[in-house]
Amino acid sequence: MNKPLPNDTPASTEDAHTRWRAEYAAQIGTEREIRNRSGIAIQPLYSPLDVDPARHDADLGFPGQPPYTRGIYPTMHRGRTWTQRQLIGLGTPETYNARLRDILSQGASAVSLIPCNSVFRGYDMDEVDAELLGTCGVVVNSADHMDTCLDGVDLAHTSCAMNDPSPFTLLAFMLATAKQRGVDWGSITGTSNQSDYLSHFVANHMFFRIALAGARRILTDHIGWCNQHLPRWNPLSVVGQHMQQAGATPAEAMAFALSSAIQYADDCSAAGLSPDDVLPRFTFFFDISVSFFEEIAKFRAGRRIWARLARERLGARDPRSWRFKFHAQTSGVDLTRQQPLNNVARVTAQAIAGIFGGLQSLHTDAYDEALSCPTQFGARVAVATQNILREEARLTDVIDPLGGSYYVEALTNEMEARIVAVLDEVEAQGGMYKAVESGFVQQRIGESARRFQERVDRGEQVVVGVNAYQVEEDASARPALPKPDVALMDAHRAHFAQWKRERANEAVRRALDDLARAANTKAGEANIFGSVVAAAEVGATHGEICGTLRRELGFGHPLTAV
Amino acid sequence: MDIRPKVLVTKIGLDGHDRGSRIVAAHLRDAGMEVVYTPPWQAIPTVVKLALEEDVDVIGISSLATDHLIVPKLMRALRDAGLADVTVIVGGIVPDEDEHTLLAAGVARVFHPGASLDDIAIFVREATVRTRAARFAA
Repeated sequence: MNKPLPNDTPASTEDAHTRWRAEYAAQIGTEREIRNRSGIAIQPLYSPLDVDPARHDADLGFPGQPPYTRGIYPTMHRGRTWTQRQLIGLGTPETYNARLRDILSQGASAVSLIPCNSVFRGYDMDEVDAELLGTCGVVVNSADHMDTCLDGVDLAHTSCAMNDPSPFTLLAFMLATAKQRGVDWGSITGTSNQSDYLSHFVANHMFFRIALAGARRILTDHIGWCNQHLPRWNPLSVVGQHMQQAGATPAEAMAFALSSAIQYADDCSAAGLSPDDVLPRFTFFFDISVSFFEEIAKFRAGRRIWARLARERLGARDPRSWRFKFHAQTSGVDLTRQQPLNNVARVTAQAIAGIFGGLQSLHTDAYDEALSCPTQFGARVAVATQNILREEARLTDVIDPLGGSYYVEALTNEMEARIVAVLDEVEAQGGMYKAVESGFVQQRIGESARRFQERVDRGEQVVVGVNAYQVEEDASARPALPKPDVALMDAHRAHFAQWKRERANEAVRRALDDLARAANTKAGEANIFGSVVAAAEVGATHGEICGTLRRELGFGHPLTAV
Repeated sequence: MDIRPKVLVTKIGLDGHDRGSRIVAAHLRDAGMEVVYTPPWQAIPTVVKLALEEDVDVIGISSLATDHLIVPKLMRALRDAGLADVTVIVGGIVPDEDEHTLLAAGVARVFHPGASLDDIAIFVREATVRTRAARFAA
């Protein structure tokens, strides 16, 4: 009666798997090998045989509990959704402020300020070609300018990320503004987004202002000063994003970021800052490529590895030190100039991967970023994409919704193994500082970038509209560069020149002398960032502060060769 | 006659995105040309001085983040230094309306993203042949 039907009910999962294997092989014909960007071979099917149920508690656990694979907080996006942080910056402080208010009124919940390239390079507007001012970011050179940029923004309740590398003058300007407005520094929240000088030396040369050893000293001083004065500020954002944009695979980018974090924690430790003093304020910043499952697995693996490193390698005892907090940005490299509206689809897929990966903060690229600085229309679509994913698609209803997927768990394990292998290589080089000084990291990234480009050139990696599904397009589709209003910029320059003549120049000179002296002290004798804040408060400009430190500590030449 | 072009590959202005300039420089060198490569952030007078001292046939300017806006200044400086016969090409992100401005200022060609490295090499070789023939005639 209950005699089993032999063909339909195999004796075991293994038997059933073997049978599926045979049938799959018979029907698929020649199997095409598929590898993800990190080089992991992807199987056609994952099953209970790919995960070890006995490892559940050790490998996954529950959200808010080590190893945090399923999320760093018990409530994750169901409790507090991610922060919608959009990068904006163009023109004068007045123009920036108008754009900022528009974005905030559309649902963005935090500020992220992008300064002009002249600011990135550490110069004031009177030190560079006027044609280049404000074309890619806002021209902010003083505490007064920052006050205008943030006019109407409640600094005690709005998280403000500053995209400003060492020596962090823009944060100093914001602190001066806060003090003038009577806002307690203890309530200031946000992040020094571009504090990871190692990533600038390796990959994002524009941000590399001051020579390697000087940048190292300033960062440690910055972390120490913020630890004392800005309890809610994140002084460090470790940037895997630059590495991945420069060509590192997702696994390499995660590994290099983790190696950098270890380096910074070790440097803090050498300066007398314990891991539990500083690690709770370490944050990370990653790229989300369109390689959907790989990115989800990258983030889940990264959380698990960091929890282990923080405890075992760095000796942190406070669970807040073990939590891997990260901001992520959809990848600009994946966007195409061809058929630019297709980028909305790419950004959506990237954003979902980041959300399922458990991010804390998200920037979605505007579809027109491959063409120029984003237009206002493009920026609105990017914000709306996040609103749709959150409130229409309801991606926040369930925590780590892909947890337990045979594929995602197996891939998370494999990504972890790849990442740890690269971490070990960097450790064998003597740590991240030495590994970038010698060019080891740059060489690895260069090789990966070439391999990826070769796959695109051979058509193995399809890019819709570029190497497949091309359509005839009107070449005039390249939109004009949004250029800052010349009259406004001229007025901005004239006003700056007059302001500089009328400020308390003697106090500025004294503050810059103090800064130069601090730069020449031994570590621990003076805090260089403390002197930067003091100089900003008396009216020193961005170019004066950066120029002083460049003179004392050396110009930031990246390691580049052909 | 076998000619070996001499090319200066550089970046002026403020931007530091040098992935493109390095790829182009490496390709031209591998194609048998003599390449003078500089890191980013060169001042215009430095570029003019290098072009004079190295006696280059072609200057390639890479611009990814609006630095192309000061290329007309470079063209004026080259003319003032008596280097009007040096061919200047620009590669990177250059919107159409700006491309017209650059061509009007004397830039020989603007290469956009997706341009083939071989096309760039062919253009450089042909420009060199033209320049040297003109110099020889003069």
